[in-house]
Amino acid sequence: MNAPTLQIRDLNLGFRTYAGMIEVLHGISLHIGRGERVALVGESGSGKSVTARIILGLLQSLRSARISGRVEFEGRDLERLAERERHALRGTKMSMIFQDPTSSLNPVYTIATQFREVLERGNPGIREAQARSQAIAALDDVAISEPERVLNSYPFQLSGGMNQRVMIAMALANEPSLLIADEPGTALDVTVQAQTLKLMRDLVQRHNTAVLFISHNLGVVREFADRVYVIYKGRIVEQGSAAALFEDPRHPYTRALLKAVPRITGGGIPEIEDASESYFAPLVVHEGFGEPGVVG
Amino acid sequence: MKRTFAILLRNPLSLLGLLLIALVVFSAVFADFITPFPAHVGAVVDFANFNRPPEWPYIMGTDLVGRDLFTRIVYAYRISLILGVVVLAIAVPIGVTIGLTAGYFGGWIEYVLMRITDVFLSIPPLVLAMSMMGVLEPTLTNGMIAVTAMWWPWYTRLVYNLTRSEKEEGYVLAAEVIGASKTHVMFREILPNCVPSILTKMTLDLGFVILIASSLSFLGLGVQPPTPDLGSMVADGAKYLPDSWWLTVFPGLAILIAVFGFNLVGDALREILGAEQ
Repeated sequence: MNAPTLQIRDLNLGFRTYAGMIEVLHGISLHIGRGERVALVGESGSGKSVTARIILGLLQSLRSARISGRVEFEGRDLERLAERERHALRGTKMSMIFQDPTSSLNPVYTIATQFREVLERGNPGIREAQARSQAIAALDDVAISEPERVLNSYPFQLSGGMNQRVMIAMALANEPSLLIADEPGTALDVTVQAQTLKLMRDLVQRHNTAVLFISHNLGVVREFADRVYVIYKGRIVEQGSAAALFEDPRHPYTRALLKAVPRITGGGIPEIEDASESYFAPLVVHEGFGEPGVVG
Repeated sequence: MKRTFAILLRNPLSLLGLLLIALVVFSAVFADFITPFPAHVGAVVDFANFNRPPEWPYIMGTDLVGRDLFTRIVYAYRISLILGVVVLAIAVPIGVTIGLTAGYFGGWIEYVLMRITDVFLSIPPLVLAMSMMGVLEPTLTNGMIAVTAMWWPWYTRLVYNLTRSEKEEGYVLAAEVIGASKTHVMFREILPNCVPSILTKMTLDLGFVILIASSLSFLGLGVQPPTPDLGSMVADGAKYLPDSWWLTVFPGLAILIAVFGFNLVGDALREILGAEQ
């Protein structure tokens, strides 16, 4: 059981369109150790979210998508699993949190109903009362003060921050080994976002859940992640521990990203020097960041 | 639900609509008790009292064979309502399922299903129903089949469009991520969010189904005599205008009341539920 939670090797993704093949990912490799919090950072369209969807196996059924490379989850090659087995992993061993918590909950059902559906994924035939008490405990964990009231509410009756915490509670309810957080809380205001992220960090630490944290916000990443991958136009351009990478960004794109973090003093919008192929040439790997499996 | 109903009661127009619907439904259900001559539904002939203008006890007059018009109109409501409800009860599930499937799966499934739907939509509805009734025996059941055949594609279109937009909502992806099955996502996640629009359209359509059924029988393709039908009553009376005006005016008013009632409530529902059409 020493295999890392997630291991991606040389992942390529292209979409067939009427205008020809569009290459989206070019040989992405990354790994996430057990209980490790890893951030995938990059601008919109750089390939962060499609990577997450491939991990969850949601793109494989798309006829226009052409995927190559290996995605191993706990040592098992996802490509070799039958759709039924991949399906069994979703929502139990892997789960996901989204950008906009309010729209991620179905407006026609109460939180209790939706929570129960999540718990049923992990434990089919769970009893009503048991589901309810588990949900209350989970909501307690995310610092929701009146879990009974929240359970009986509809998503639109709760604030964005509340919904976000409900989503976190649901995502962790089945004790997954990997949580994918796709720009969590981007739709929320900054203070609420900071609170929920701190809460999430404490929870995943407690449950020893590995996290793939997808974001374009470096300030948030610095707070949250152990390790960082910087992705640009479908390639990993720099990787390293969060501390090393923020201390000493070496790739020009990483530097540009860091400069783009808003500061009160200002400083203007940074220039990204050049987007040609040569821009990708130096893949920067920080020290102490060797082969996957050795670290982790 | 309770709130929706309260708003309906507050608005004078929708209140009027509700009252009209209540009147129609009440007379259809209790036709046996409120009509003075229940026997006149069938093949009764009373030449002593034929073609009488409205006067007691024939408050809407009598027809050309002496049957009480009021009695026949009330019973015609019963048949119209049964037809409307049965048509929608069959057409809506068919249309909704096809629309959901096409919208959710996309690709060639969508292409095949929606092109078939388009074929049905491209034929003018009344013409489609007329040609079907021309081939089939003109009975109540066949009338229902003909109207159903022309009705489901509209629900397919509606639900298809709703599904296309609902499918992009976060909760659909969230459900897929936790491993919900495709049927679960379609019927348990997306469909409930389409219900307001479907209900609104059903309310509006109940009036239109009655109107279309009346049109068919006006053309002699619907329910056959002696069974009373609003459309054929108007058609029969039209030959005797303007002298025997009651033969056409009262059945015509009856159609108006039913269609108007369902339309008023349907419009109000559309606004309350914020349903897109």
